[in-house]
Amino acid sequence: MTTQDTKVEKEAGDLSRRDFLGLLGKGAACAGALVGAGSALASAGGGAVSALGGVGPSFQQDDAQYAEAVKNPPKIPNYNWTQHKWAFGVDADRCIGCLRCVEACKMENSVQMDRNHTRTWVERYVYLEGSDHAHVDSIHDIKNVVPGSKETRFKFDNRYKDEKVTKEFFVAKLCNQCEKPSCVQVCPTGATYKAVDGPVLIDTKYCIGCQYCVQACPYGARSLNEARGTAEKCNWCYHRITKGMQPACVEVCPTGTRIFGDRTDPESPVSQFIRNNKVSVLKPDMGNMPNVFYKGIDKEVL
Amino acid sequence: MEADVFHHIAPFVGFAYPNETEVPWSELIVIYPYITGLVAGAFVVSSLHHVFGMERFAPISKFALLASLCFMFFAPTPLLFHLGQPTRALNAVLTPHWTSAMAAFGYVAGFYIVLLLLETWFSFRADIVAMSKSRTGIMQKVYQVLTLGSDDVSPRALHTDHTIARRLAMIGIPGACGLHGYVGFLFGSLKTREWWSSDLMPVIFLLSAVGSGVGLLIVIYVIASWWRKTPTNNGAMEGLLYLLWTGIVVVVVIEALEMVQMLYKAREGIEGVFALIQGPITNSMIIQWGGSFLALVITSIMMLYNTKGKRLVFWLFISGLLMMVGVLAMRWNVVIGGQELSKTMRGLMTYHPEVFGRESLFTVATLFTAPFVVLYLAQKLLPTVWEADPEEHEDKVFDIHKAI
Repeated sequence: MTTQDTKVEKEAGDLSRRDFLGLLGKGAACAGALVGAGSALASAGGGAVSALGGVGPSFQQDDAQYAEAVKNPPKIPNYNWTQHKWAFGVDADRCIGCLRCVEACKMENSVQMDRNHTRTWVERYVYLEGSDHAHVDSIHDIKNVVPGSKETRFKFDNRYKDEKVTKEFFVAKLCNQCEKPSCVQVCPTGATYKAVDGPVLIDTKYCIGCQYCVQACPYGARSLNEARGTAEKCNWCYHRITKGMQPACVEVCPTGTRIFGDRTDPESPVSQFIRNNKVSVLKPDMGNMPNVFYKGIDKEVL
Repeated sequence: MEADVFHHIAPFVGFAYPNETEVPWSELIVIYPYITGLVAGAFVVSSLHHVFGMERFAPISKFALLASLCFMFFAPTPLLFHLGQPTRALNAVLTPHWTSAMAAFGYVAGFYIVLLLLETWFSFRADIVAMSKSRTGIMQKVYQVLTLGSDDVSPRALHTDHTIARRLAMIGIPGACGLHGYVGFLFGSLKTREWWSSDLMPVIFLLSAVGSGVGLLIVIYVIASWWRKTPTNNGAMEGLLYLLWTGIVVVVVIEALEMVQMLYKAREGIEGVFALIQGPITNSMIIQWGGSFLALVITSIMMLYNTKGKRLVFWLFISGLLMMVGVLAMRWNVVIGGQELSKTMRGLMTYHPEVFGRESLFTVATLFTAPFVVLYLAQKLLPTVWEADPEEHEDKVFDIHKAI
């Protein structure tokens, strides 16, 4: 066994220990902490705009910190991207639509704090009695924004309480980090690219902000960060996964809806999820070959 | 700050992805293909004389060339205003990512500007030489510089000029078609939007470009003649009528075919397409089709009755204007309409353009006025008297043989 192999094994070991702890603590500790953070934010009232003029609340990275992070990206020791193949699973049957993932993502990644820009979101599908089509809504519906939170906190409203609902479920959405990403295909500068270990990344120092990628993404996963003038999308928290951590949304998910891991490791949560379930991907006809695998989604899910 | 964040947010109905509610491509991307289309159209008219020797277009061919050049200068500007990081615009040229349809834009546009500049110089060299001899003061120096040191106006040299200009125009025709077909490809090649994803898109863009370009030439030719108090040339006007009629017929037929095909195929989400037509783009659809049909009717009647003289000038002017407006509405329907229909095909956005701001109607108006101003100035520098009837304007003509 080479030193490299030992390292991989050690890393895998770390991951599974963390997963175990994560599973134990997810419902209580992590979600609790973030709900706490969210409440602190709400109680701060008008504090959603930071002193530095950034859009986000004060615990988000401000523009100066962002510029510093872009200028001097942290070195990741002992990470070899040829040895991983990250993948994501969504078990729609488990999702309760609490939207902790959306808020955690926005905090972790300094996403614009409004309902029209997001790296991940949850869709609610509701079939009313007698209807063959689902009513769909998500965080961009103003009714699903917590009043007074200045579009920093979200909660699905109870709009169907007087209706007869026959079927209802939630579907979490995020960037599919496709095998054949159309966003990468259309990027005129090569600022967005497919990393060897799976995620599609954006070089925000090189992006010109033409938004061709936003148009090309079949899943609506991309947006323009207007403050920065560059494209914005989920990268499965690349800064975390390369250090052996879970993406923020996976970390906070209290029900285990979101599953993440390394497909090169047959025992990783995502490998098991894909192996043990009948999974599907979104819009397979687009030919993008997504890397987010869904269990329990319906014909209406697009 | 918040105003900046929210200013492109479009209200929506049905279900669209959250990120889609910010419309990525604004009215600046409407005007961009429109301007390149005018360039292509004007160039085609100029080439009909330069390449094919159609004498009826002789009076306006150099004017058309100059118009084409002036509009081409401004074709890339809407894109620059639209970029999130305009200072990095050259990244796409310095390190083009060749799988992107957009990567070639800098090269295609650059090539075409150079080609137009060269053809203009060869077409106007004799005039420039004449003016470098006849003018005085600073303008003489300017014209001397513009001659680039080549002041030979012997018949042999003039023949060479003509030959080179013709060859450049011959390259320019596929160039203009390529340039505009390429713009259509930028939209048509995106599989994500049913409204764009059509094999006919490059053809539609190209044909409507020629139609609107001819319309533009008619409009500015009539206005310039009125401004100069000179009559328009009847032969040229008739030629433009034939061109415009052909343009409208082909454009209307191809666009109708595209629509019918989309509706007949009725793939998943066709209800969304119907809702789009009956919803956010209803008005611009009425303008597009109404303008085209009206122009078609007017030009057809003029063709039938062989209209001549003042009536021809007036009604052709109206038809040209209708064609320009119709094609502008068509660009809106394609660019904005495509984004108003959600990628889920189950939601609609309604885009409201801003009046002032970086990406606003004001910017569009400014960028679209600029080529006319530059054309006016270019006319001052390189007067294109209506070449066919010089004896009527002897005082204004720079007769090369008198000047030397």
